[in-house]
Amino acid sequence: MTSEPRAPLSPQDSNIPEGAFGPTPSQTVGPYFHQGLVDFQGLTGLLGDRTVEPGSDVPGERITLTGRVLDGDGRPVEDALIELWQADAGGTYARSADAPFPGYSRTHTRTPGHSYRVHTVKPGSAGPGLAPRLNVWLGMRGLLTHLLTAVYFSDEDNSADPLLALVPGERRHTLIARREDTPDGAVYRFDIRLQGEDETVFFAP
Amino acid sequence: MTQSPPKSQGSVHAPHLYPPYTSSVRRAPHERLIPLPAALEGLHGPVFGAGRLRPDDHDTTRNARVNGEPLGERIIVRGRLLDGSGRPIRGALIETWQANAAGRYVHGRDEHDAPLDPNFTGTARMLTGGNGEYELISIRPGAYPWGNHPNAWRPAHIHFSVFGTNFTQRLVSQMYFPGDPLLAHDPIYQGIPDEKGRQRLISRFDLNLTRPGWALGYRFDIVLGGGAQTPFEEPGHDE
Repeated sequence: MTSEPRAPLSPQDSNIPEGAFGPTPSQTVGPYFHQGLVDFQGLTGLLGDRTVEPGSDVPGERITLTGRVLDGDGRPVEDALIELWQADAGGTYARSADAPFPGYSRTHTRTPGHSYRVHTVKPGSAGPGLAPRLNVWLGMRGLLTHLLTAVYFSDEDNSADPLLALVPGERRHTLIARREDTPDGAVYRFDIRLQGEDETVFFAP
Repeated sequence: MTQSPPKSQGSVHAPHLYPPYTSSVRRAPHERLIPLPAALEGLHGPVFGAGRLRPDDHDTTRNARVNGEPLGERIIVRGRLLDGSGRPIRGALIETWQANAAGRYVHGRDEHDAPLDPNFTGTARMLTGGNGEYELISIRPGAYPWGNHPNAWRPAHIHFSVFGTNFTQRLVSQMYFPGDPLLAHDPIYQGIPDEKGRQRLISRFDLNLTRPGWALGYRFDIVLGGGAQTPFEEPGHDE
Protein backbone atom coordinates (compact mmCIF):
# COMPACT_ATOMS: atom_id res chain seq x y z
CA MET A 1 0.00 0.00 0.00
CA THR A 2 2.92 2.31 0.61
CA SER A 3 3.87 2.33 -3.08
CA GLU A 4 0.59 3.82 -4.21
CA PRO A 5 0.54 7.37 -5.43
CA ARG A 6 -1.14 9.99 -3.36
CA ALA A 7 -4.80 10.30 -4.28
CA PRO A 8 -5.38 13.43 -6.31
CA LEU A 9 -7.37 16.07 -4.49
CA SER A 10 -8.73 18.75 -6.75
CA PRO A 11 -10.97 21.71 -6.04
CA GLN A 12 -13.48 20.04 -8.36
CA ASP A 13 -13.99 16.97 -6.26
CA SER A 14 -12.74 17.62 -2.76
CA ASN A 15 -13.91 19.76 0.13
CA ILE A 16 -10.31 20.15 1.29
CA PRO A 17 -8.98 23.43 -0.07
CA GLU A 18 -5.79 23.41 -2.09
CA GLY A 19 -2.83 23.78 0.24
CA ALA A 20 -4.90 22.76 3.25
CA PHE A 21 -4.33 19.00 3.15
CA GLY A 22 -3.87 17.53 6.59
CA PRO A 23 -5.64 15.46 9.23
CA THR A 24 -9.33 15.94 9.81
CA PRO A 25 -9.66 17.44 13.30
CA SER A 26 -11.40 15.60 16.09
CA GLN A 27 -14.77 16.77 17.42
CA THR A 28 -16.72 15.72 20.46
CA VAL A 29 -18.93 12.63 20.35
CA GLY A 30 -21.52 14.82 22.12
CA PRO A 31 -24.23 13.52 24.43
CA TYR A 32 -26.20 11.63 21.76
CA PHE A 33 -23.70 9.08 20.41
CA HIS A 34 -25.78 6.14 21.60
CA GLN A 35 -28.10 6.74 18.68
CA GLY A 36 -25.42 5.87 16.13
CA LEU A 37 -22.80 3.89 17.99
CA VAL A 38 -24.67 1.86 20.60
CA ASP A 39 -28.31 1.44 19.58
CA PHE A 40 -28.25 1.17 15.81
CA GLN A 41 -31.90 1.45 14.68
CA GLY A 42 -32.88 -0.10 17.97
CA LEU A 43 -30.58 -3.07 17.33
CA THR A 44 -27.36 -3.84 19.09
CA GLY A 45 -24.60 -1.82 17.54
CA LEU A 46 -21.83 -3.27 15.46
CA LEU A 47 -19.58 -3.30 18.49
CA GLY A 48 -21.06 -4.50 21.75
CA ASP A 49 -19.94 -4.56 25.36
CA ARG A 50 -18.88 -8.18 25.12
CA THR A 51 -16.05 -9.62 23.05
CA VAL A 52 -17.07 -13.26 23.54
CA GLU A 53 -20.50 -14.83 23.76
CA PRO A 54 -21.39 -17.07 26.68
CA GLY A 55 -20.43 -20.63 25.79
CA SER A 56 -17.84 -19.56 23.24
CA ASP A 57 -14.78 -21.82 23.07
CA VAL A 58 -12.38 -18.90 22.62
CA PRO A 59 -9.55 -19.63 25.08
CA GLY A 60 -8.88 -17.49 28.11
CA GLU A 61 -10.21 -16.43 31.47
CA ARG A 62 -13.52 -14.56 31.30
CA ILE A 63 -13.33 -11.26 33.08
CA THR A 64 -15.53 -8.24 33.61
CA LEU A 65 -14.02 -4.77 33.58
CA THR A 66 -16.15 -2.15 35.26
CA GLY A 67 -15.85 1.29 36.75
CA ARG A 68 -16.87 4.89 36.52
CA VAL A 69 -15.53 7.97 34.79
CA LEU A 70 -15.18 10.84 37.27
CA ASP A 71 -15.00 14.54 36.43
CA GLY A 72 -13.09 17.28 38.25
CA ASP A 73 -15.77 17.51 40.93
CA GLY A 74 -15.62 13.76 41.53
CA ARG A 75 -19.01 13.30 39.92
CA PRO A 76 -19.60 10.35 37.62
CA VAL A 77 -19.77 11.24 33.95
CA GLU A 78 -23.08 9.91 32.68
CA ASP A 79 -22.36 10.10 28.96
CA ALA A 80 -18.91 8.66 28.31
CA LEU A 81 -18.10 6.32 25.41
CA ILE A 82 -15.39 3.73 26.04
CA GLU A 83 -13.80 1.43 23.48
CA LEU A 84 -11.37 -1.35 24.31
CA TRP A 85 -8.78 -2.90 22.02
CA GLN A 86 -6.81 -5.87 23.24
CA ALA A 87 -4.90 -9.04 22.49
CA ASP A 88 -6.38 -12.48 23.04
CA ALA A 89 -5.33 -14.77 25.91
CA GLY A 90 -2.28 -15.83 23.91
CA GLY A 91 -1.12 -12.25 23.43
CA THR A 92 -2.10 -11.96 19.76
CA TYR A 93 -4.04 -9.02 18.39
CA ALA A 94 -6.63 -9.84 15.72
CA ARG A 95 -6.32 -8.24 12.30
CA SER A 96 -9.93 -8.83 11.36
CA ALA A 97 -13.08 -7.96 13.23
CA ASP A 98 -14.41 -11.29 11.95
CA ALA A 99 -11.75 -13.26 13.82
CA PRO A 100 -13.06 -15.62 16.53
CA PHE A 101 -11.79 -13.10 19.06
CA PRO A 102 -11.72 -9.65 17.43
CA GLY A 103 -10.62 -7.94 20.65
CA TYR A 104 -12.62 -4.76 20.05
CA SER A 105 -15.57 -3.72 22.17
CA ARG A 106 -17.59 -0.64 23.00
CA THR A 107 -19.34 0.37 26.20
CA HIS A 108 -20.68 3.50 27.85
CA THR A 109 -21.77 5.01 31.16
CA ARG A 110 -25.44 5.73 30.44
CA THR A 111 -26.36 3.10 32.99
CA PRO A 112 -27.70 2.92 36.55
CA GLY A 113 -24.86 4.21 38.71
CA HIS A 114 -23.15 5.55 35.58
CA SER A 115 -20.78 2.57 35.55
CA TYR A 116 -19.43 1.12 32.36
CA ARG A 117 -19.08 -2.64 32.10
CA VAL A 118 -17.48 -4.87 29.50
CA HIS A 119 -17.25 -8.66 29.38
CA THR A 120 -14.13 -9.98 27.76
CA VAL A 121 -11.18 -12.35 27.96
CA LYS A 122 -8.12 -11.47 29.98
CA PRO A 123 -5.39 -10.62 27.48
CA GLY A 124 -2.02 -12.34 27.48
CA SER A 125 1.39 -10.76 27.20
CA ALA A 126 2.02 -9.58 23.64
CA GLY A 127 5.80 -9.94 23.86
CA PRO A 128 8.81 -10.29 26.15
CA GLY A 129 8.52 -7.92 29.09
CA LEU A 130 5.12 -6.66 28.01
CA ALA A 131 2.51 -6.87 30.72
CA PRO A 132 -1.01 -7.76 29.61
CA ARG A 133 -3.04 -4.61 28.93
CA LEU A 134 -6.22 -3.23 27.49
CA ASN A 135 -5.99 -0.17 25.22
CA VAL A 136 -8.74 2.33 25.93
CA TRP A 137 -10.31 5.04 23.76
CA LEU A 138 -12.44 7.51 25.68
CA GLY A 139 -14.84 10.10 24.28
CA MET A 140 -17.59 12.23 25.82
CA ARG A 141 -19.39 15.55 25.75
CA GLY A 142 -16.77 18.07 26.83
CA LEU A 143 -13.88 16.36 25.07
CA LEU A 144 -13.28 17.95 21.67
CA THR A 145 -10.39 15.53 21.29
CA HIS A 146 -10.78 12.02 22.68
CA LEU A 147 -8.38 10.47 25.20
CA LEU A 148 -6.28 7.30 25.14
CA THR A 149 -5.29 5.31 28.18
CA ALA A 150 -4.38 1.74 29.15
CA VAL A 151 -5.52 -0.75 31.74
CA TYR A 152 -3.11 -3.14 33.48
CA PHE A 153 -4.01 -5.87 35.97
CA SER A 154 -3.27 -5.92 39.69
CA ASP A 155 -2.50 -9.65 39.68
CA GLU A 156 0.16 -9.48 36.96
CA ASP A 157 3.85 -8.62 37.06
CA ASN A 158 3.91 -5.13 35.56
CA SER A 159 7.47 -4.30 36.59
CA ALA A 160 9.15 -4.63 33.19
CA ASP A 161 6.47 -3.12 30.98
CA PRO A 162 7.98 -0.47 28.68
CA LEU A 163 4.84 1.65 28.46
CA LEU A 164 4.36 1.76 32.23
CA ALA A 165 8.04 2.63 32.53
CA LEU A 166 7.29 5.93 30.77
CA VAL A 167 4.79 6.83 33.47
CA PRO A 168 6.09 8.57 36.62
CA GLY A 169 6.15 6.03 39.45
CA GLU A 170 3.67 7.88 41.60
CA ARG A 171 1.06 7.83 38.81
CA ARG A 172 1.35 4.21 37.64
CA HIS A 173 -1.34 3.02 40.02
CA THR A 174 -3.91 4.99 38.04
CA LEU A 175 -3.49 2.47 35.21
CA ILE A 176 -3.92 -0.70 37.25
CA ALA A 177 -7.30 -2.38 37.59
CA ARG A 178 -8.01 -4.02 40.93
CA ARG A 179 -9.04 -7.67 40.82
CA GLU A 180 -11.96 -9.00 42.83
CA ASP A 181 -12.96 -12.64 42.67
CA THR A 182 -16.73 -12.93 42.82
CA PRO A 183 -19.20 -15.80 42.46
CA ASP A 184 -19.71 -14.57 38.88
CA GLY A 185 -16.01 -14.65 38.08
CA ALA A 186 -13.15 -12.19 38.06
CA VAL A 187 -14.15 -8.54 38.14
CA TYR A 188 -11.58 -5.82 37.60
CA ARG A 189 -12.46 -2.34 38.83
CA PHE A 190 -11.03 0.59 36.96
CA ASP A 191 -12.22 4.14 37.53
CA ILE A 192 -11.05 6.83 35.16
CA ARG A 193 -10.39 10.20 36.82
CA LEU A 194 -10.30 13.10 34.42
CA GLN A 195 -8.85 15.64 36.85
CA GLY A 196 -7.57 16.09 40.37
CA GLU A 197 -5.75 13.80 42.74
CA ASP A 198 -5.07 10.45 41.10
CA GLU A 199 -5.86 11.83 37.64
CA THR A 200 -5.61 8.89 35.25
CA VAL A 201 -2.61 8.87 32.97
CA PHE A 202 -3.54 9.59 29.36
CA PHE A 203 -1.39 9.04 26.30
CA ALA A 204 -0.90 11.03 23.11
CA PRO A 205 -0.73 9.13 19.81
CA MET B 1 -5.00 23.25 38.45
CA THR B 2 -1.39 22.76 39.47
CA GLN B 3 0.07 23.60 36.09
CA SER B 4 -0.71 25.15 32.75
CA PRO B 5 -3.20 23.30 30.57
CA PRO B 6 -1.74 20.35 28.69
CA LYS B 7 -0.87 20.62 25.05
CA SER B 8 -3.28 18.96 22.72
CA GLN B 9 -2.16 16.40 20.16
CA GLY B 10 -0.57 19.04 18.00
CA SER B 11 -2.46 22.02 16.78
CA VAL B 12 -4.64 20.12 14.30
CA HIS B 13 -6.89 18.92 17.10
CA ALA B 14 -8.56 21.05 19.73
CA PRO B 15 -7.00 21.34 23.18
CA HIS B 16 -8.79 19.37 25.84
CA LEU B 17 -9.36 22.44 27.96
CA TYR B 18 -11.26 25.04 25.95
CA PRO B 19 -13.28 27.14 28.41
CA PRO B 20 -15.72 28.60 25.84
CA TYR B 21 -16.94 25.00 25.56
CA THR B 22 -18.11 24.86 29.15
CA SER B 23 -18.29 21.07 29.50
CA SER B 24 -14.55 20.88 28.91
CA VAL B 25 -13.72 22.74 32.13
CA ARG B 26 -14.42 19.85 34.51
CA ARG B 27 -13.59 17.08 32.05
CA ALA B 28 -10.28 18.08 30.47
CA PRO B 29 -7.26 16.39 32.06
CA HIS B 30 -4.75 18.75 33.64
CA GLU B 31 -1.65 16.62 33.43
CA ARG B 32 0.43 16.42 30.28
CA LEU B 33 -0.24 13.51 27.96
CA ILE B 34 2.52 10.92 27.67
CA PRO B 35 3.48 10.19 24.04
CA LEU B 36 2.87 6.58 22.98
CA PRO B 37 6.04 4.92 21.71
CA ALA B 38 5.96 4.17 17.99
CA ALA B 39 7.12 0.61 18.53
CA LEU B 40 4.38 -0.25 21.00
CA GLU B 41 2.91 -3.66 20.30
CA GLY B 42 -0.73 -3.87 19.31
CA LEU B 43 -1.58 -0.44 17.99
CA HIS B 44 -2.88 -1.56 14.62
CA GLY B 45 -6.65 -1.83 14.62
CA PRO B 46 -9.17 -4.40 13.44
CA VAL B 47 -10.49 -4.51 9.89
CA PHE B 48 -14.24 -4.82 9.56
CA GLY B 49 -15.92 -7.10 7.08
CA ALA B 50 -18.99 -6.39 4.98
CA GLY B 51 -20.89 -9.28 6.52
CA ARG B 52 -22.15 -7.25 9.45
CA LEU B 53 -23.73 -4.50 7.38
CA ARG B 54 -27.15 -4.53 5.75
CA PRO B 55 -27.88 -3.09 2.31
CA ASP B 56 -29.59 0.12 3.47
CA ASP B 57 -27.34 0.83 6.43
CA HIS B 58 -25.74 3.75 4.55
CA ASP B 59 -29.09 5.35 3.66
CA THR B 60 -31.02 7.07 6.45
CA THR B 61 -33.83 7.94 4.02
CA ARG B 62 -34.65 4.23 3.87
CA ASN B 63 -33.19 2.38 6.83
CA ALA B 64 -35.68 3.52 9.47
CA ARG B 65 -38.89 3.94 7.49
CA VAL B 66 -42.14 3.05 9.21
CA ASN B 67 -44.87 4.47 7.01
CA GLY B 68 -43.32 6.86 4.53
CA GLU B 69 -40.49 9.14 3.48
CA PRO B 70 -38.52 11.01 6.12
CA LEU B 71 -39.08 14.77 6.08
CA GLY B 72 -36.48 17.23 4.92
CA GLU B 73 -33.97 17.97 2.22
CA ARG B 74 -32.37 14.77 0.91
CA ILE B 75 -28.60 14.88 0.59
CA ILE B 76 -25.87 12.66 -0.83
CA VAL B 77 -22.53 12.89 0.94
CA ARG B 78 -19.65 11.32 -0.91
CA GLY B 79 -16.02 11.41 0.06
CA ARG B 80 -12.78 9.53 0.44
CA LEU B 81 -11.02 8.24 3.50
CA LEU B 82 -7.30 8.96 3.18
CA ASP B 83 -4.25 8.53 5.34
CA GLY B 84 -1.88 11.33 6.17
CA SER B 85 0.00 10.76 2.92
CA GLY B 86 -3.13 10.98 0.81
CA ARG B 87 -3.43 7.25 0.18
CA PRO B 88 -6.90 5.70 0.25
CA ILE B 89 -7.89 3.58 3.25
CA ARG B 90 -10.02 0.68 2.04
CA GLY B 91 -12.51 -1.45 3.89
CA ALA B 92 -12.70 0.94 6.81
CA LEU B 93 -15.82 1.28 8.92
CA ILE B 94 -17.57 4.66 9.02
CA GLU B 95 -20.55 5.24 11.32
CA THR B 96 -22.65 8.41 11.28
CA TRP B 97 -25.43 9.88 13.41
CA GLN B 98 -27.28 13.17 13.29
CA ALA B 99 -30.39 15.19 14.16
CA ASN B 100 -33.42 15.12 11.88
CA ALA B 101 -34.48 17.99 9.61
CA ALA B 102 -36.06 19.77 12.56
CA GLY B 103 -32.91 19.55 14.70
CA ARG B 104 -33.99 16.71 17.00
CA TYR B 105 -32.10 13.53 17.89
CA VAL B 106 -33.72 10.19 18.57
CA HIS B 107 -32.32 10.18 22.09
CA GLY B 108 -33.95 10.29 25.50
CA ARG B 109 -31.67 13.08 26.63
CA ASP B 110 -32.57 15.44 23.78
CA GLU B 111 -34.95 17.99 25.31
CA HIS B 112 -35.33 20.23 22.25
CA ASP B 113 -39.07 20.48 21.56
CA ALA B 114 -38.72 20.10 17.78
CA PRO B 115 -40.71 17.17 16.37
CA LEU B 116 -39.36 13.68 15.95
CA ASP B 117 -39.69 12.10 12.51
CA PRO B 118 -41.30 8.64 12.69
CA ASN B 119 -39.40 7.55 9.58
CA PHE B 120 -35.95 8.71 10.54
CA THR B 121 -33.36 7.81 13.15
CA GLY B 122 -30.39 9.45 11.43
CA THR B 123 -27.95 6.61 11.92
CA ALA B 124 -25.90 5.04 9.15
CA ARG B 125 -22.84 2.89 8.66
CA MET B 126 -20.75 1.92 5.67
CA LEU B 127 -17.39 0.55 4.59
CA THR B 128 -15.00 2.42 2.32
CA GLY B 129 -14.53 0.98 -1.13
CA GLY B 130 -11.55 0.29 -3.35
CA ASN B 131 -10.44 3.89 -3.65
CA GLY B 132 -11.33 4.78 -0.09
CA GLU B 133 -14.66 6.20 -1.19
CA TYR B 134 -17.89 6.09 0.78
CA GLU B 135 -21.42 7.32 0.12
CA LEU B 136 -23.94 8.41 2.72
CA ILE B 137 -27.53 9.16 1.73
CA SER B 138 -29.38 11.18 4.32
CA ILE B 139 -31.45 14.21 5.24
CA ARG B 140 -29.87 17.59 5.89
CA PRO B 141 -29.95 17.97 9.69
CA GLY B 142 -31.41 21.05 11.33
CA ALA B 143 -29.65 23.39 13.74
CA TYR B 144 -30.66 23.07 17.38
CA PRO B 145 -30.30 25.07 20.59
CA TRP B 146 -28.12 23.93 23.47
CA GLY B 147 -27.24 25.26 26.89
CA ASN B 148 -23.60 26.24 26.48
CA HIS B 149 -24.07 30.03 26.43
CA PRO B 150 -26.89 32.52 25.84
CA ASN B 151 -28.64 31.86 22.53
CA ALA B 152 -26.32 28.97 21.68
CA TRP B 153 -27.32 26.95 18.61
CA ARG B 154 -25.27 24.17 17.08
CA PRO B 155 -24.59 24.56 13.37
CA ALA B 156 -26.12 21.77 11.27
CA HIS B 157 -23.75 18.81 11.42
CA ILE B 158 -23.36 15.08 10.92
CA HIS B 159 -21.25 13.09 13.38
CA PHE B 160 -18.69 10.81 11.73
CA SER B 161 -16.97 7.94 13.53
CA VAL B 162 -14.09 6.43 11.56
CA PHE B 163 -11.74 3.49 12.04
CA GLY B 164 -8.41 3.72 10.26
CA THR B 165 -5.71 1.09 10.16
CA ASN B 166 -4.34 1.97 13.57
CA PHE B 167 -5.94 2.18 17.00
CA THR B 168 -4.45 5.63 17.42
CA GLN B 169 -6.14 6.79 14.19
CA ARG B 170 -9.58 6.20 15.65
CA LEU B 171 -11.43 9.45 14.93
CA VAL B 172 -14.80 10.95 15.78
CA SER B 173 -15.50 14.23 14.05
CA GLN B 174 -18.35 16.31 12.63
CA MET B 175 -19.16 17.39 9.10
CA TYR B 176 -20.58 20.89 8.65
CA PHE B 177 -22.26 22.65 5.75
CA PRO B 178 -20.78 25.52 3.73
CA GLY B 179 -21.92 29.04 4.51
CA ASP B 180 -23.50 28.23 7.87
CA PRO B 181 -23.58 31.49 9.87
CA LEU B 182 -23.61 29.57 13.16
CA LEU B 183 -20.06 28.27 12.62
CA ALA B 184 -18.61 31.63 13.68
CA HIS B 185 -20.38 31.31 17.05
CA ASP B 186 -19.88 27.62 17.78
CA PRO B 187 -17.25 26.76 20.43
CA ILE B 188 -17.12 23.13 19.34
CA TYR B 189 -16.07 24.16 15.83
CA GLN B 190 -13.99 27.15 16.97
CA GLY B 191 -12.11 25.02 19.49
CA ILE B 192 -9.95 23.78 16.62
CA PRO B 193 -6.95 26.09 16.69
CA ASP B 194 -5.85 25.71 13.07
CA GLU B 195 -7.90 27.58 10.45
CA LYS B 196 -7.06 25.03 7.75
CA GLY B 197 -8.15 22.28 10.09
CA ARG B 198 -11.48 24.01 10.58
CA GLN B 199 -11.88 24.34 6.81
CA ARG B 200 -11.47 20.59 6.41
CA LEU B 201 -14.62 20.00 8.48
CA ILE B 202 -16.80 21.92 6.03
CA SER B 203 -18.28 19.87 3.24
CA ARG B 204 -18.32 21.21 -0.31
CA PHE B 205 -21.57 21.61 -2.19
CA ASP B 206 -21.27 19.74 -5.50
CA LEU B 207 -23.99 20.25 -8.07
CA ASN B 208 -22.54 17.40 -10.14
CA LEU B 209 -23.22 15.03 -7.29
CA THR B 210 -26.87 15.92 -7.02
CA ARG B 211 -29.40 13.33 -8.11
CA PRO B 212 -31.77 15.14 -10.48
CA GLY B 213 -35.10 15.90 -8.90
CA TRP B 214 -34.20 14.02 -5.76
CA ALA B 215 -31.21 15.07 -3.63
CA LEU B 216 -28.41 17.62 -3.29
CA GLY B 217 -24.77 16.55 -3.21
CA TYR B 218 -21.90 17.32 -0.86
CA ARG B 219 -18.24 16.24 -0.84
CA PHE B 220 -16.54 15.37 2.42
CA ASP B 221 -13.07 13.83 2.36
CA ILE B 222 -11.67 12.61 5.67
CA VAL B 223 -7.94 12.41 6.40
CA LEU B 224 -6.74 10.27 9.29
CA GLY B 225 -3.62 11.69 10.83
CA GLY B 226 -0.70 9.83 12.18
CA GLY B 227 -0.86 7.48 15.03
CA ALA B 228 2.33 6.40 16.69
CA GLN B 229 3.19 4.13 13.77
CA THR B 230 2.33 6.47 10.93
CA PRO B 231 3.54 9.90 11.93
CA PHE B 232 2.09 12.75 9.97
CA GLU B 233 4.41 15.65 9.37
CA GLU B 234 2.90 19.07 9.09
CA PRO B 235 5.74 21.58 9.19
CA GLY B 236 4.85 24.90 10.70
CA HIS B 237 1.83 23.62 12.56
CA ASP B 238 3.48 22.27 15.67
CA GLU B 239 2.93 25.55 17.55
